[in-house]
Amino acid sequence: MKLPALNNKSERPAELNRREFFKSGAAVASVTLAPGVTLMAFGGEASANADPGKRWGMLIDVNKCSADCNACVTACSEENGWKLDGNPETDPQWIRKIDLKHKETGREASLPMMCQHCEEPPCVDVCPTGASFKRVDGIVLVDKHICIGCRYCMMACPFKARSFVHEAVEDQKSNAPRGKGTVESCTLCVHRVDKGGTPACVESCSATGNGAMMFGDLNDPNSEIAQALKNYPSMGLRDDLRVNPGIRYTNL
Amino acid sequence: MMRLVATLLVLIGLSTGAAMAESTYPDIPKAVGAPHPEGNDYMRINHMRLMRHDRDLTVHEGDRSIKYSIKECVACHAVMGPDALPISVQEDGHFCRACHEYAAVKIDCFQCHNSKPEDGFIDLLKQTPPATDDEIQAYLDGMSQ
Amino acid sequence: MDRTVYREVKPTPAIWLMAAIAAAFVGAAGLAVLYIEHHGHIVTGMNNQIVWGLPHVFAIFLIVAASGALNVASIASVFGKIENKPMARYSGLLSIALLAGGLAVLVLDLGRPDRLIVAMTTYNFTSIFAWNVILYNGFFAVVGAYLFVQMARNISPKVVRSVGTAAFVWRLALTTGTGSIFGWLVARPGYDAAIMAPLFIIMSFSFGLAFFILVLGTTFPMTGRYIGPNLVKRLGRLLGVFAVAVLYFTAIRHLTNLYAAEHADFEYFILFSGSIYTKLFWIGQVLIGGVIPAAMLLRHAENTTKGQVILASVLIIIGGFAHLYGIIIGGQAFPLEIFPMYEVTSTFADGQINSYTPTIYEWALGMGGVALAVMIAGMGVVALRILPMNLSDRNIDPTEPDF
Repeated sequence: MKLPALNNKSERPAELNRREFFKSGAAVASVTLAPGVTLMAFGGEASANADPGKRWGMLIDVNKCSADCNACVTACSEENGWKLDGNPETDPQWIRKIDLKHKETGREASLPMMCQHCEEPPCVDVCPTGASFKRVDGIVLVDKHICIGCRYCMMACPFKARSFVHEAVEDQKSNAPRGKGTVESCTLCVHRVDKGGTPACVESCSATGNGAMMFGDLNDPNSEIAQALKNYPSMGLRDDLRVNPGIRYTNL
Repeated sequence: MMRLVATLLVLIGLSTGAAMAESTYPDIPKAVGAPHPEGNDYMRINHMRLMRHDRDLTVHEGDRSIKYSIKECVACHAVMGPDALPISVQEDGHFCRACHEYAAVKIDCFQCHNSKPEDGFIDLLKQTPPATDDEIQAYLDGMSQ
Repeated sequence: MDRTVYREVKPTPAIWLMAAIAAAFVGAAGLAVLYIEHHGHIVTGMNNQIVWGLPHVFAIFLIVAASGALNVASIASVFGKIENKPMARYSGLLSIALLAGGLAVLVLDLGRPDRLIVAMTTYNFTSIFAWNVILYNGFFAVVGAYLFVQMARNISPKVVRSVGTAAFVWRLALTTGTGSIFGWLVARPGYDAAIMAPLFIIMSFSFGLAFFILVLGTTFPMTGRYIGPNLVKRLGRLLGVFAVAVLYFTAIRHLTNLYAAEHADFEYFILFSGSIYTKLFWIGQVLIGGVIPAAMLLRHAENTTKGQVILASVLIIIGGFAHLYGIIIGGQAFPLEIFPMYEVTSTFADGQINSYTPTIYEWALGMGGVALAVMIAGMGVVALRILPMNLSDRNIDPTEPDF
């Protein structure tokens, strides 16, 4: 049901109904208000629900990752509102850089490590309340509304992806609510992905020029990532566990 | 005789109660946006139920266009402090605290959610005017059709 | 056999003193919980590397002992050994008390203990933890029913036997579930093993009986009731067998792990590296908790005294604590092997051995759980007719010579 008084931009060119404004984000679009229908409107595509046909994943090229670059970690912490406070044992780390040296060959490498968004996540299996869950599009998340803070998922994760929030949090990012007593981990920037964007770490890695991280839909045969995975060797970490991670590494 | 006394007592009690209630009734800060079409009383009773339902849509299904998003509640109901910045739930005068302290119901949301709107919103709050009465009426008319 | 007379314990000053001390510990635990809940887990020694700490060691220990404490009753009701019948009520009460103490510690250490209702109403049934919530709560119900049918009049022995069997089966499921919390974690070399569930079952036999003997051996003299030395000897022999069984399962677990190259680093860390876990294993678990008590109880078993059996029980409890500390904390201290064959460093403690120092708050919480168990058991024997007046050998087995 369209209500011309509210939406007619010719009447109020530079002003906006405040409520409409919030929903529209950066771009302004006309909004249809009808009973039961949301006021949301987006500049680009309509807000997408999690799509079961998609499987979001990443490909990380270890050769392109430089040992003294921390762009992905910085970007993630700014996007999601966590930070390293000088207490490395209790500070949360959604993503971290790992420096490797092969015991036999001496080869050195560096790579970013975050939640691997497994297809068969051990953390989802063990969560007693079901707060740790996998979305239909493959993103593994913690529903912090029902997390009781038992930390069993932290015991179960083979990749040490999860952190516990050890103290009260203030000034959270509105896109990444996080609080004391619950468990958290990389969300694959689900708030960005749901609006058609890419995770902050991938974006920042491209911005540095290294371009070690690629993000996309693993199920779409025409996507850049699917093509890369098809044509070049890659591996998932701890492939022997058969959890089938959505994050894959090449040149490791 | 006793019934008369009883009625008198009840009336005294009610008026005292009313008087007391009036003086302790929370001073609810005005919101900055259009009023809820459902009505304030409805929202007072049902806001948690509505948020709980919609939050599951967002968290589990990725629906970011839900109607009852706490992000928007916080933005529209932001209360400005003396420095013209929104105040957090830690301070007296925060919108949610006004009623929740009166009703003695602990707020769990702001352990994880920010009780202030994000920076970008504040400037925009200042720029955009509130809806006029005509607009509100038109919206409500539209709702009822 | 004389008819066993059960009577409430009269609270003497000594018992009041014990109650007061236990209450003080419970109070301290309560304060510790409030402090931890207010400030967050940053005030504890637990962190992102050692995720489960001392409270969990206490909790699992109490839970395992709880299921084992029921053994004495099960031997009577399920396996028909009538000599255990007089102790069956106390066995049931003690198992409820220990479980309550353990669960209290476990639940109060949650990051969000205010969400306990969520834990009890929302279940993810692929999680053994979720099953455990049901098993633990059901245990109270089943053992409660078992106590009831034992204590109520005019209940046929067949009913007691059925309920007793149900309690026995339930407690096996519960202990299997507790062991599987660790056994079903594929991520860590210290846990991922099928033997965890049976190991926990046999640990429950050993620790539960040790607790039972210890508590019996202290409450009976305190209340002026007599225990016959043969009874103590018999329980002592059984305890010795259980201690050896625990050693056996431990040996199998480590030998199997040692055989696999992928677990060699972990086994070296636990068994030979000289870390705290090495000391806890060899001195705490094997020597104090296994070899010494087994020798005391099984060598010249016919000459074991009451004192020796009680001492052996204490040693087994100490060793059991060391055992669980080694399993729970040791399994987390060793870093995850995400990149086999690589040396690994990061800002998130990858590749390094993690250390853990429990704070006073964790000790307070853990000991509060033990104190809670003591209080519940104490309140039970004072309020209800749980303790038999007389456990003399003559009373239990008329063919025994009178001591």
